[in-house]
Amino acid sequence: MWAILSILVENKPGILFKVTHLFRARDFNIDSISVGVTENPEYSKMTITTYGDEKQIDQIVKQLDKMIDTVRVERLDEHKTVYRELSIFKIKLSNANDSMEVNKLANAYGGKVHDVKQDSVMVELTATPDQIKAFEELAKPFGIIDVARTGVAALQRSGAE
Amino acid sequence: MSNMENMIGAKALMTAMEKEGVKEVFGLPGGANLPMYDEFARCNIRHILTRHEQSAAHMADGFGRVSRKPGVCFATSGPGATNILTGIATAQADSAPMVAVTGQVPTAMIGKDAFQESDIIGMANPVVKYAFQPRHASEIPEVVRKGFFIAETGRPGPVLIDIPKDVQQNEAEMTFPDEFKIQGYHPWTDPDIVAVEKAIDMLLHSQKPVILAGGGTIISSAFAELQSIAEALMLPVVTTFKGKGAFPENHPLSLGPIGMHGHAEANKIMSEADCVLAIGTRFSDRSVGTFEEFERNLKIIHMDVDPAEIGKNQTAQLAVVGDVQTNLRIMVKLLLQKAIKKTEETPWVKHVKETKAYWEENLKLHPGEMGAAKILRKLREILPKESIITTEVGQHQMWASLFYDVIQPGTFFSSTGLGTMGWGFPASIGAKVAKPDVPVVDIAGDGSFAMTENSLATAVLEDIPVIVFVLNNFTLGMVAQWQRTFYDRRMIGVDQGKYCPDYVKLAESYGAQGIRAQSMDELDKAIRDALSSDVATVIDIPIDPEEDVLPFVAPGTSLKDMILPS
Repeated sequence: MWAILSILVENKPGILFKVTHLFRARDFNIDSISVGVTENPEYSKMTITTYGDEKQIDQIVKQLDKMIDTVRVERLDEHKTVYRELSIFKIKLSNANDSMEVNKLANAYGGKVHDVKQDSVMVELTATPDQIKAFEELAKPFGIIDVARTGVAALQRSGAE
Repeated sequence: MSNMENMIGAKALMTAMEKEGVKEVFGLPGGANLPMYDEFARCNIRHILTRHEQSAAHMADGFGRVSRKPGVCFATSGPGATNILTGIATAQADSAPMVAVTGQVPTAMIGKDAFQESDIIGMANPVVKYAFQPRHASEIPEVVRKGFFIAETGRPGPVLIDIPKDVQQNEAEMTFPDEFKIQGYHPWTDPDIVAVEKAIDMLLHSQKPVILAGGGTIISSAFAELQSIAEALMLPVVTTFKGKGAFPENHPLSLGPIGMHGHAEANKIMSEADCVLAIGTRFSDRSVGTFEEFERNLKIIHMDVDPAEIGKNQTAQLAVVGDVQTNLRIMVKLLLQKAIKKTEETPWVKHVKETKAYWEENLKLHPGEMGAAKILRKLREILPKESIITTEVGQHQMWASLFYDVIQPGTFFSSTGLGTMGWGFPASIGAKVAKPDVPVVDIAGDGSFAMTENSLATAVLEDIPVIVFVLNNFTLGMVAQWQRTFYDRRMIGVDQGKYCPDYVKLAESYGAQGIRAQSMDELDKAIRDALSSDVATVIDIPIDPEEDVLPFVAPGTSLKDMILPS
């Protein structure tokens, strides 16, 4: 089971280390992680996506909650949450036709094209991890030179609490 | 806010600790904590010098468990700090309140691989309840206030305060706060009356209910509540090893500890039960055997102060989260209100008592004069009931669990979670400092005692007359037992040598009293001599190296599958 956790922490040095250390020590998985300061500079928000069975995810939430540096830990329901990840793909262009095809593919996924060169192009894509995976599959035949992904950022929809 | 004053960080540390009521610090000085040590010349805190930082931490741990206030230990940076790690991890595993204060290299040197620099904050992270590293002297008063608060509230645990040397030396305007805020820390929850009512209902509607009392029962001193509930509902009481002595072990409803080396009657009755009121326990593998087998056909009511323990190892049908004593008090009150008081012995209680009587009669013991059971029963017979016991880790520890009955609740302490050999002796010194008026005995084995025996220097020079009761089989006995049982008697790395050292001479070389007891008469006299001695005493009791601890629930099996003496 895949789960999105939203963790509000005090914005102090060393807390990312403690959170990731907890996952390692308790043998939990981190699928992706993103961290950023909130509108109130006293706090940062971490979004962690993880895999596990119901019991494990329940334990992860409880153990995170127990940490003194965490202010609020929420497990977000993905159907009631806006969640996105930013990814940048560098894709190989072998011929003139490739350039057009990659452009079309990027458009279909709402991606933006950057750094267009003779033999490569970059596509910036903000989407759900599933959509990014689907895009990656379709881009593979062209040849993926490099990928960078940010991890998921997520906010619960209004009225979904 | 009060008491604005200019002073250096080290003085602020000592002043803040005095405000917390600290009277003793166990520790060892070094380059990076010299400013703190210099303050001992100007404050009312007694310094107790140890011979190793690990022992300082164990002393603080023993002090903390007995006094229920954080014990304090000091160590310098680098190796001093890494040496206390085992002590901190031991306290964390057993939820003992402790504040460890380490010196650190000056702020400007951090990260430069300076002499005696270690990233102790990073290393200690998984084994502390919380860690602080103040970077400005002015932070120290609040850090100390918060550190003590975190260490002793909720589920207690060790707190590390790592102070760079320049932060100790710098002068600042200090404010000693009465109030403070820790946003993400909620040690208290409201009592859960609805859940407690449900728990009573579940216990009344089951045929074979038991109470399983864990270490949390002792930490929250819920002895009286536990006893009145057990008596009102006529519930047999088993304990975990850490919960040993939460309930008087001479009580007719007491069955003693369950687990790998639990009492036969306790394991038997626990396996037959259909409903358990589990109080302040984390269901460790050593207590319950295999998790799946333990919870089969068993309704679990789980009371614990730590919500993360609910559902971690066992699935609870009902959770009662919060301070155990508070919730048990509510249960006592509800039972009184509803006038629930069982007087008629149920078939279950009758069966429990028969089972207990059977095993008391029929458990085969070592036939020799100096068998473990006889030795520990002799100790029990002579010691006053308020005496405090600590143990080391190994066979002697499990024999103590089996054969030394705790009469006064909360007088038995052991390294149960981490299983740290060498814990018992320094912990007994800490315990004696916390309660100087009661006899304190470390039940030890020769292997464990060897690990921290140099604490004899502390016991003698600091005038802390504890008793070390060494069941000496000249062997790492528990490992030897496993090698006999599981490795076809291939005895590797367990021979400790005959009298190497001679513990009588060793004790005497430190200025302590050393007595060898080779018969029951000698043992009787040795215990009485030790009790009346002004100096620490080591009683060396040679025993049969082949004696096993039985019953034994082999790892990965269930409580039903006890190996019994043949």
